[in-house]
Amino acid sequence: MSTTPIDTWAVDLANVTVIYPWVGSEVAMASVGIIAWLAWHVWQVKHENSTYDENLRKYGGKETINSAIDDHQ
Amino acid sequence: MDTDVAAITTVFTEFYYFITVALMFLIHVGFCMYEVGASRRRNHMHTLMKNSMLIPLVTVTWFFFGWWIYWAFPGGPGITGPLGHPDPSFAAAYTPWGESMGPRLDDRISGVFWAAFLLFAWTAASIVSGAVIERIRSFAFWIFAILIGSVTWSIDAAWGWHFSGWMVQLLGYHDAYASGVIHAIAGGCALGILVVLGPRLGKFAADGTPRDILPHNPWLVCIGLFLIYTGFWGFYVACNVPLATTGFIDGQITGATQTATTIYMTPTTLSAITMNFLMSLAGGMMVGYMVSKGDAFWTYSGGLAGIITASAGNDLYHPIQALFIGGIGTYLMYKLHYWVEAKFKIDDAVGAVAVHGYAGFIGVVIAGFVLWGHPSSPYDGFAAINPVGQFIGAIIMFWVLGFIPAWIIAKILASADLLRIPREVELLGLDFHDNREAEAARQDVLADVRSVSATG
Repeated sequence: MSTTPIDTWAVDLANVTVIYPWVGSEVAMASVGIIAWLAWHVWQVKHENSTYDENLRKYGGKETINSAIDDHQ
Repeated sequence: MDTDVAAITTVFTEFYYFITVALMFLIHVGFCMYEVGASRRRNHMHTLMKNSMLIPLVTVTWFFFGWWIYWAFPGGPGITGPLGHPDPSFAAAYTPWGESMGPRLDDRISGVFWAAFLLFAWTAASIVSGAVIERIRSFAFWIFAILIGSVTWSIDAAWGWHFSGWMVQLLGYHDAYASGVIHAIAGGCALGILVVLGPRLGKFAADGTPRDILPHNPWLVCIGLFLIYTGFWGFYVACNVPLATTGFIDGQITGATQTATTIYMTPTTLSAITMNFLMSLAGGMMVGYMVSKGDAFWTYSGGLAGIITASAGNDLYHPIQALFIGGIGTYLMYKLHYWVEAKFKIDDAVGAVAVHGYAGFIGVVIAGFVLWGHPSSPYDGFAAINPVGQFIGAIIMFWVLGFIPAWIIAKILASADLLRIPREVELLGLDFHDNREAEAARQDVLADVRSVSATG
């Protein structure tokens, strides 16, 4: 019993097609993959927004901004 | 090469491995950039020389005995066969005075194959190099480089990365692109040294809290990692046999179809590994970015860890499986890095133990579950891939051949005061003398130029 379609290599390779594990679960895997990809963007935009908010809270005063403009590289 | 087809196959294979060697050289360029970028200005040249001198030292020792070990030890010796199992003529041919170790027109493959394996050996040694920067003696590091590059990696490859290796035969060990045989062993070796070597001065506060010693040049570190990615393509391709007939494989496979194979002679395709390399890189980078909150160093290192985790089974995984396996390995290695650092006060300067050692170990274990039951070999009587065999294999790679030999050698070197640089030299910086000499020379030239200028 194998997770791939191959139990033995005593075969003619001309008759072998897919060799990856869990054949038949492609749609499920793709669905999970798409959800994970979209979730990454949701996490990322929240993280980015909170980073900017924190930066502004800490350094958003006029004096710091003016000094940053003076140090501009 | 007595037929046109044989000639084309041979020349194609010879050129194929030649290209992999040139590509893999970039791994080393990347490691040098990355290590120097991670070091402080006071240690640059020492860091560069420490790494780059492993190239000649591992090369000559690989010629003298490393390559012979690979062909002499697949049976243990004494586990599934004697020294030289299964064909002692191979081991005899690869002694430094052997018949296959010089140019000859009836063997066009041995030299490029030797070189491809040598570049793997450099990689294993170079992984260790980054972890120990800024306080190890060059002498000590080069002993470790030879240990892993030309002895322990060669033994582990004979055991678990050879078509007749005893681990493949008895355990069903499968590690197609070297999660364990290069990365786990190198991470284990680095950890064995670090335990004895100790942290850089200032790395831990008096209460044991770790401090970040930031890279002096994050750009150089990241571009170095990009170059390692690039060289990694050569590494992957070099792990395959590009074109094999069923007659050449000489196993249970029937028919006339030719195929690329892994080092175990099991069929795969270049397409499979190309897709899986990229998907595991993507999984690693995405998770690396998330878990480190967008830190560039850990995002790039995450990409590397993603590939390394999936490498054991990237000849067979579906690309989506490679994506998730890469992500899982990256998450775990990142968490383990900071846990080990805080708990055991281990100063791994570039995260090498985590990116290579933990990710490699995890990748070998995951492959045991995902590929459970897949035949590990085209030959009759070999165990199928299974979780227990993979777990034992990971232990052998990380601990038995990685950590333990390095820890023993480190203890011996430390007892002879040959492991760590003198404390005062560490305080001054390893390049202090050279920098002083260079500054004196500069001042001398400057004084002369001023004198010429003043006299018109």
